[in-house]
Amino acid sequence: MSASYPFGFLNEYAKKEVRRSTLKAVAIPGYQVPYSSREMPMGRGFGTGGLQLTLSLLGKGETLKVIDQGSDDSVNAVNLRSFIEMTCEGINTTTKTDEADFIQSRHRIPETALREDQLIVLQVPYPDPLVVVEPSEDKRKILHGEADYSRLLVKLYEDIVKFDEITISHRYPTRINGHYVIDPSPIPRWDVPKLNQSKALILLGAGREKKIYAVPPYTKAEPLAFEDVPFRVENFSDENGQRRSCQRCGCTSSFLDEFVDSKTGKKVYQCSDSDWCDAQGSASVAEGRTPGATDEYPPTNIEQVVVANG
Amino acid sequence: MGYVAIKGGGEAIEGTKTVFDYLRTRQGDTAKPLDTDTIEHQLRLLHSRVISEGGVYHPRLASLAIKQAQGDTLEAAFVLRAYRSTQPRLVETPALNTENMRITRRISAAFKDIPGGQMLGATTDYHLRLMRMDLLDESPERFCAVAKEWFTKKTETDIPDSVIPDTFPKVLESLRNEGLLPSVDGTARNRDPFDITREPLIFPVPRSAALATMARAEQGSLLAIAYSNMRGYGDVHPTVAELRVGYLPVMLPHPITGELTEIGEVEITECEVVAMYEEQGSSSVAGGRMPGATEDEEGNDKPTFTLGYGACFGHNEVKAISMAILDRALQAGMKNGPRNPSEDPEFVLLHVDGIDSMGFCTHYKMPHYVTFQSDMDRLRTTQQKQNNKEQTI
Repeated sequence: MSASYPFGFLNEYAKKEVRRSTLKAVAIPGYQVPYSSREMPMGRGFGTGGLQLTLSLLGKGETLKVIDQGSDDSVNAVNLRSFIEMTCEGINTTTKTDEADFIQSRHRIPETALREDQLIVLQVPYPDPLVVVEPSEDKRKILHGEADYSRLLVKLYEDIVKFDEITISHRYPTRINGHYVIDPSPIPRWDVPKLNQSKALILLGAGREKKIYAVPPYTKAEPLAFEDVPFRVENFSDENGQRRSCQRCGCTSSFLDEFVDSKTGKKVYQCSDSDWCDAQGSASVAEGRTPGATDEYPPTNIEQVVVANG
Repeated sequence: MGYVAIKGGGEAIEGTKTVFDYLRTRQGDTAKPLDTDTIEHQLRLLHSRVISEGGVYHPRLASLAIKQAQGDTLEAAFVLRAYRSTQPRLVETPALNTENMRITRRISAAFKDIPGGQMLGATTDYHLRLMRMDLLDESPERFCAVAKEWFTKKTETDIPDSVIPDTFPKVLESLRNEGLLPSVDGTARNRDPFDITREPLIFPVPRSAALATMARAEQGSLLAIAYSNMRGYGDVHPTVAELRVGYLPVMLPHPITGELTEIGEVEITECEVVAMYEEQGSSSVAGGRMPGATEDEEGNDKPTFTLGYGACFGHNEVKAISMAILDRALQAGMKNGPRNPSEDPEFVLLHVDGIDSMGFCTHYKMPHYVTFQSDMDRLRTTQQKQNNKEQTI
């Protein structure tokens, strides 16, 4: 018995359902569209939601980039890419953000700004930001419908009271188009501003939880915050307040991975986005420059969420 | 220079595949590869479990899944389930009547004497769980002799074939005739069953969605939640009215004549439990009558037993009983609001699928550098703020 699989692994009915759900998700920014979500030949939690989006939307002749933790070469990215190559004959793959029509990613949005003709699919473990305050999906649906996010805001407030700081590190709740608050997938806070007025379509797929949602191009995306406690991205300053740089390319404006050098025992920092790092390396060699740094958020084009009666 | 060790994983991934496959053959020259028929017969109950959790009745591929997963039930069910995603759904059978089952085992804990009689069949229920050392070194001759002996002895001791009916009536029928059970909801037959492979669960879900979800649930997960209901987080001691195992004919309309025709059979396990009746008047609920009460001619509710139903592919008795107990609990929860986790449809139905839960558990082994970096940033910041505060005091 030979197992020859259809293009994109899934049967045509399954792909059609994903495409329809995607259209609905784009039409209602931030709304979690339920879909049946087929079992994929890799583990639930390994990006089966993102994978179903990719397999249903990717066409022959298109160029795909797959990243995990910012890297094209990490185990899961390699695994997903080779599966997609195996089941989608006639597609191309790349590691360069610029060259990709289609990007599937786990936990990062590339540092390079995306274009209108590009599309990024994010893999989502927990689609609902309200799950931290309400375990029942039935009740959460009502809260979303009424745009009632008061309990989330109370959680943020309690954080400030207890820790003097909002403690949400990643999966930062973000309001889309002034209504639905989404879980933007476990991207670091660093990547949240990239959702706002993004030129590229951002699709989010949760396989195990069976939801698809979207941040359409040029849509407002505001991380929840308070007037007097602004949203802040990760801080990469050293003890002296100096911005740390990537030990490989010297970049001081990217999200950094921190690890211990096995030879020297010292803590070192390196760009999390490997393609960005490669490009910076060659660029700074060619031009002799070090990219500039800003990590204080917010940029001016995002309004803060203000709580009534603060 | 270069990236951290875990990056650059292409070759390492290939390596994991080859070493995993090597371990299968490590026994060396004396080893014989497992053939799929052997798995189906000699690891019958493992096979049953995988075919049930995989959710596709394909005995040969279920055996293959067990072989390639090296006996891991979760993994094997997963392989089978993923295969399913590539197959279109072509037809639906009409509702099949389990009274037509070709029975291999059938018991009732409610009555000593049931119409058709108790039929113990193959079970370990009454075995002393002592090591059978004779199986340690079993010769092929001895092995073959077992089947031969069983057939010859059987004709001497057993009741003649002519006495055994083709099918057995359902135990519940007699209770129903006495008015001890809620009457059958006649409209249910006309409602399309909820297809969990084509629709996500959006709560509240109909009972058919709950039953379908539990039918392919992971046995251990079902058992754990059902056990919580049995021993205190729930207050009902259910009685097994009937447990039956056997082969159910699958009927489809003939493509030309349209007449229902048997296209094959599937082995299933089915269980029906009854539990103590509910108090009068507690059964009215918006949107129709719920089980637990039956209306007499004047429209008054009469107390009746409550019912739970479980069924799954293969021979999996613990699973079928657990499912029946949870079905009863979930119906109670939908009616009166959940009083414990086992009566909460969201709690039960979203946590019993083995493919979902094992996948998510496994994913924790994947790199989480970015999110962990982000976690450290928050912790360091809050620690620093705390330090600053202490210094100022």
